[in-house]
Amino acid sequence: MEYDLECESVSKRFGSVLAVDSVSCGIPSGSFFSILGPSGCGKTTLMRMIAGFEEPDSGDTRIEGQSVVATPPNRRNVKMVFQHLALFPMMNVGENIAYGLRCRGADKAEIARRIDDVLERINLPGVAHREIHQLSGGQKQRIAIARCMVLEPALLLLDEPLGALDLKLRESMKIELKQLQHRFGTTFVYITHDQSEALVMSDHVAVMRNGKFEQVGSPQELYRHPQTAFVAEFVGDSNQWHGRVAGRDGSEVKVEADDGPPVIGVEGGGQNLAEGAAVRVFVRPEHIRMQPLGAAAEPAPEPGRNGEQGKIDSLLFNGGNSRVLVRTASDRLIEVDLPDADSAAELREGEDVALSWPRARTMCFSSSE
Amino acid sequence: MNGMKAKLAIGAAVALGLMARTDGAQAETLRLLTWGSYAPDKVIQMFEEKYPDINVEVTFSNNEEMIAKLRATGGGGYDLAQPSHDRVYAAQLEYDIYKPLDLSKIDTSVMDENLLSGVKANTTIEGEVYSVPHQWGTSGLMADVTKAPELKSWADLCDPKYKGKTSMRLKRTILLGTAFAMGEDPFAAYSDLDKYQQILDEVAVKLIECKDNIKTYWQGGDDLSNLMLSGEIVASETWDSTAYRLFSENQNIRFIPPETGALAWIDTFTIPRKGEADDAAYKWINFVLQPEIVTMISASSGAIAAVQGGVGLMPDDKRAAVEAAFDDEAIANLKFFANIPPGVEDMEGKTLEKIKAATAN
Amino acid sequence: MGSKDARRLFLILLFMPFALWIILLIALPNIGMFILSLQEKVGPRVYTYGIANYVEFVNEPIYWNTLLRTATISLLVTALTLLIGFPVAYYIAKIAKKQSKGALFLLCLIPLWVSDLVRAFGWILLLRETGVVSGALQWLGLIDQPVELLYNDVTVVIGLIYTVILFMIVPLVSTLDGMDDSLVEAGFNLGGGRATVLRRIIIPYAMPGIVAGCIVVFMLTAGSYLTPILLGGKNSMWFTEQIYDQFITRYNWESGATFGVLLLVFTSAVVWLGLRLSGQTLAGTVAKS
Repeated sequence: MEYDLECESVSKRFGSVLAVDSVSCGIPSGSFFSILGPSGCGKTTLMRMIAGFEEPDSGDTRIEGQSVVATPPNRRNVKMVFQHLALFPMMNVGENIAYGLRCRGADKAEIARRIDDVLERINLPGVAHREIHQLSGGQKQRIAIARCMVLEPALLLLDEPLGALDLKLRESMKIELKQLQHRFGTTFVYITHDQSEALVMSDHVAVMRNGKFEQVGSPQELYRHPQTAFVAEFVGDSNQWHGRVAGRDGSEVKVEADDGPPVIGVEGGGQNLAEGAAVRVFVRPEHIRMQPLGAAAEPAPEPGRNGEQGKIDSLLFNGGNSRVLVRTASDRLIEVDLPDADSAAELREGEDVALSWPRARTMCFSSSE
Repeated sequence: MNGMKAKLAIGAAVALGLMARTDGAQAETLRLLTWGSYAPDKVIQMFEEKYPDINVEVTFSNNEEMIAKLRATGGGGYDLAQPSHDRVYAAQLEYDIYKPLDLSKIDTSVMDENLLSGVKANTTIEGEVYSVPHQWGTSGLMADVTKAPELKSWADLCDPKYKGKTSMRLKRTILLGTAFAMGEDPFAAYSDLDKYQQILDEVAVKLIECKDNIKTYWQGGDDLSNLMLSGEIVASETWDSTAYRLFSENQNIRFIPPETGALAWIDTFTIPRKGEADDAAYKWINFVLQPEIVTMISASSGAIAAVQGGVGLMPDDKRAAVEAAFDDEAIANLKFFANIPPGVEDMEGKTLEKIKAATAN
Repeated sequence: MGSKDARRLFLILLFMPFALWIILLIALPNIGMFILSLQEKVGPRVYTYGIANYVEFVNEPIYWNTLLRTATISLLVTALTLLIGFPVAYYIAKIAKKQSKGALFLLCLIPLWVSDLVRAFGWILLLRETGVVSGALQWLGLIDQPVELLYNDVTVVIGLIYTVILFMIVPLVSTLDGMDDSLVEAGFNLGGGRATVLRRIIIPYAMPGIVAGCIVVFMLTAGSYLTPILLGGKNSMWFTEQIYDQFITRYNWESGATFGVLLLVFTSAVVWLGLRLSGQTLAGTVAKS
């Protein structure tokens, strides 16, 4: 595979804090790659090292196969969309886009042609003479991207550029960004702390924690097969319980929960959990099936599934993403996805329900990490 | 609303009452407009002890500022001023800022006859006398006699021998001194302004040529003292009092009356037109002419009181300096500043500007 | 009704100091000066109106030469102050750590704690022939006899820069402080070198502060009195000195007022020209910072 960006054991220390701890990765050409992590995990430092604003203490960074550690930021073929976009307020749209071209010494006709061309590609033709403050938030986003893309970089870095937008616009910009990436065919490296942005847009996601990549994979892999408790918790929503390993049967482990009935699950991330080890158990809300209990007797648990009973505590209506909070007999709250919005209407708070979920979807991780 | 009015009325009554009380005590304020060293704190204290109902306020100034201040107020704001004798006549004609003195209230018998009659002659307008003398002194030259032993004329400041080692104040004194050194009598030319202009033009040429020889133009007594004491200059045009002060620190620094005669000024007592405490002013005048006060003020100013035996009343060190500087011949050769007729200040001012603006060599 | 009246009264009271300040301390004196400048003296205590004072100014090369000299040196001082002040301001606003910013600012303020006069005397002590600098140079063996560093235009320029530089630094720091660091990084990221980033991003961004600082510095310099006179020596005429001389030494208030009006008009014209050339507005610069 061809890589536009490769990092090899890159580390960076600020005082006593190891911000980036020996990170290695390769980002395939033309892909949309996200680095996902909570604030302070080192993702911004990593990105600034790629852009050349910070120098790594050790390790190597290669862009299109060439080491750039000694290359100053203005000579790297890496462009960046800043968190607050950093459009130059004293220049109009056209001048903002022309800036990089002029730095390269392009001639006037060429610049004009390229500006028109890139504005066309971002669906904002004819705004070259507007002032920056006359643009809407979404338009500014696109201009910031156009300003970089007009230089045809090997790599485009995006530092949480959607953070400042309101929710609706953020949703549509996610799709727009993905489409832009397709259209330009350039490798995008997207930094975010918002897992939904990362999942929606990316071909590959690296989950970062304490300066290290915890897991790298496609959004589906991360979601379905998290390798660590951190990834399981950070990517997607989960019900989460603590407990101890009480025994095992082949690939399945039996967990005595601290505050509820025992469950049987599978070990996540290829771990080998010892008996008595403290574990965290994750179950995604969409894997839990809910049935009204009614007057009928307790249904026998189906094979291969865990089960528990409770009362509906509250309904969290949110259209297609509606959920129910169920309070179990052991006084835990469990979140359950509703299959469709209509079924919410049939439910009453206080109603008795039976919950069940597959053992194979009950992920257990050692809680010591 | 009524309550408000009542409060105002009470407030006003209280305020009036307070004012009445100060009035009742008859405290009078004497506002002096004078030179830096002419009203030492000790003297003011003694005066206020003698006249407990008079309160003295002092504003220090110089000739030009005194006139500017009084002109701005039409002669108000001060009760007694001390301009030099040559600055009274024209200022009074032009701006009407002084009022005639009542000579019967001043003990003129203690004053030096010559100085008194000179000042009277200078400041009489339409038969009224506006000023009497207080202290007098001279402007002349100063030199470190070990380094510039032969300095004796105003023109010697421009002697290439002392290149970069002399100074002067770029004011009218040096214009007049240079004119005398060229053999002219500028005071005589006051009556013929065309002639005076001609003299000034020649003086300007001389002083522009001289610029290269001058280290800098001094601005006040302090920077002149610094220049002289540090040895950066060896000779300068000076006020005698500055030279006397330096003499007590370095006996080699002497006041030198120029061979054409030191230029003498007499600072006067003159009452501003809108002065409000004439009686107190007269009391002050008579008070500071007493021998022991004369000595105190001379000690502070370095100038000689215009009383009989004024030199004798100087403190010992100052008297020694004066005696080292003046012999009888030099005293007889004094040139008293003549009254400045209207228009001359403008002519002189332009000449000074021309000199300042010219680039040496 | 009552509260409305109270509100109006409050607004009037709030506006009062400003109005009084403008009218009593700015407008009236300047109008008075202008009227005075139109008076011609005919004889003792007799005046008529006319423009003779202005004609006199035009006909006397010393006067307008002094004004031009004052303006030229003031412009030079302004340019040098900008050149020196900009890096200082950039350091304070962008490079210094948050904690040290205040201290650095304070350090720049220190010269303002003493009066003009004391500052000028400070320079005199340092630069005079028998002063500290000359002495130090001799002690180091760099020169073999005392050297006079005072009484020339270079000293005046240095003294003026020292006096006014704070008024350049303050508006510059406040505009540069508002500049997002990412603008500079974006400038580099998009391919600009140091010179390009400075010329195309930092300076245009700081333009309002630069212009505001320049206006204030130019006005202060052209209107300064003590520094040029005390440090200037024998050839250094300064226009304010002319005004002082006219008012005080020559009792020529009419001419002094004329010079005052001319200085105001001339410096305003220079500022206007500067604004035109830099494409800024007064509201966008001085009023902002």
